[in-house]
Amino acid sequence: MNNCQFCGEPATVHLTDIVNKKKREMHLCEACARQQNLIPSAPSPQLNLPALLQLLMNQFPSPSDGSETDELDPSVLTCPTCGLKYAQFRADGRLGCPEDYEVFYPVIVPILERVHRGLQHKGKVPSSVRNRRKLDEVSDLKTQLNDAITAEDYEEAARLRDRIRSKETAE
Amino acid sequence: MNLDRLLPNLGEWLRGIGPESDVVISTRIRLARNLAETHFSNRASLDQKAATEARSCEAIAAAELPYKLEYADVTKLTPIDRQFLVERQLISRELATVLDGPRGVAFNETESVSVMVNEEDHLRLQVMRSGLALEEAWAEIDRLDDALEHRLAYAFHDQFGYLTACPTNVGTGMRASVMLHLPALSLTKEIEKLFRSLQKINLVVRGLYGEGSRASGDLYQISNQVTLGKSETRVMQEIREVITQILLYERRARQLLLKERRQAEQDRVARAIGTLGSATMITSEETMELLSTVRLGIQLRLIDEIPPTTVNQLFIHTQAAHLQKLMGTPLDGEERNAARAKYLRNRLRELGAQQR
Repeated sequence: MNNCQFCGEPATVHLTDIVNKKKREMHLCEACARQQNLIPSAPSPQLNLPALLQLLMNQFPSPSDGSETDELDPSVLTCPTCGLKYAQFRADGRLGCPEDYEVFYPVIVPILERVHRGLQHKGKVPSSVRNRRKLDEVSDLKTQLNDAITAEDYEEAARLRDRIRSKETAE
Repeated sequence: MNLDRLLPNLGEWLRGIGPESDVVISTRIRLARNLAETHFSNRASLDQKAATEARSCEAIAAAELPYKLEYADVTKLTPIDRQFLVERQLISRELATVLDGPRGVAFNETESVSVMVNEEDHLRLQVMRSGLALEEAWAEIDRLDDALEHRLAYAFHDQFGYLTACPTNVGTGMRASVMLHLPALSLTKEIEKLFRSLQKINLVVRGLYGEGSRASGDLYQISNQVTLGKSETRVMQEIREVITQILLYERRARQLLLKERRQAEQDRVARAIGTLGSATMITSEETMELLSTVRLGIQLRLIDEIPPTTVNQLFIHTQAAHLQKLMGTPLDGEERNAARAKYLRNRLRELGAQQR
């Protein structure tokens, strides 16, 4: 049984996160969890995720504090497209435009590591992206084919030609 | 749009049929999608929101789908109509009351498919199925997503997948939820233990309207938290495995109730029907609690005079906005409690008359 780290009462809300294989825990009583806005006042359908994110970010301000000298200061980040500032993102946990995922990349990655179990999307890809990827792949193979022909490596060229054909016919 | 025509229908999620419908009320999948090269809703100007709405409506109207999606402009609906759509699970509370500017929802006639526009994300696609039907719901929403993507360029990132306003949704943008009726596990207090174990495997449990640990009417929604790093199929597989276990526990607890305290349960169910049929004031909370007991009574075959679909109808019709639409007039809290009791008395009397 853990006690609330804010007031010492028995804790009923437990947060666990794992960063760089190190496990960290937070324990709160319901009253303090409410005070931190983790539990919204009824009736609202779910845990307050922005508040949860904010608490985690405040608790662990930087994932690699001090260990790297060229650590960038996230407070200076501002999105040139939508004007979102880091402080605003920290305040409500919402991004302003697709571009923000690049602009705030260094601060988003640790959040994603905590919330999700991975950093690489696995799953559905829009058909337009799939088609683009296939075209890129075919044009890569064509470059390799030209190189192989120039180098008079006809065995490799034949192999590449077959792969291009199979990709172009596989609709 | 005149929403009154929806009133007699139960909507897909309360049809009361489908696989495992003795425990599973409904399956819901939602996908969060955003248009590329424009601000997310929370930083969009009113003009940008209007443009997003126009583009989305155009794509929705032109989408090649076996059903027709009709768009309701939420800003033009009365507060009661907005609440009505929330109660029918077609829109979120946020879209109804918190957000501002151009926004709305398109949905089909059976209310199994809906698309919210300018919610936290530009598009929130939703597919509902009664009972446990994750694969069917996925197939349906995948097709809807393809049809819309054909006409809209989505914000997609090679590493992070579908980009969303909140990093908690990025990746697949998918939330799959299964709504369960767990009266026996609630009675035997095993539910807390169950929920603690679910949290360890990153599944989220919440009540129908999310209050406290004991959900209204013993209804619980179980959904995934992770959207990045796992495929949609894998996430659904994990949920399915967990649901299979819970079904086993709930059914075992129900059998135990029958074996050890049949008489007491029979009495509890009879009293629930008695209260529903004779109260002159009743809150929505109490109604849901009593209907949960009646629902359990039906599943345990302790009563046979009330069909399960009637319980679902009483359940939805006694929600605040439904009740006010049925009565045809806005009512304050006290008036609603009286109107709800009157509605329940009449409906149970009709059922009794049909029996004789």
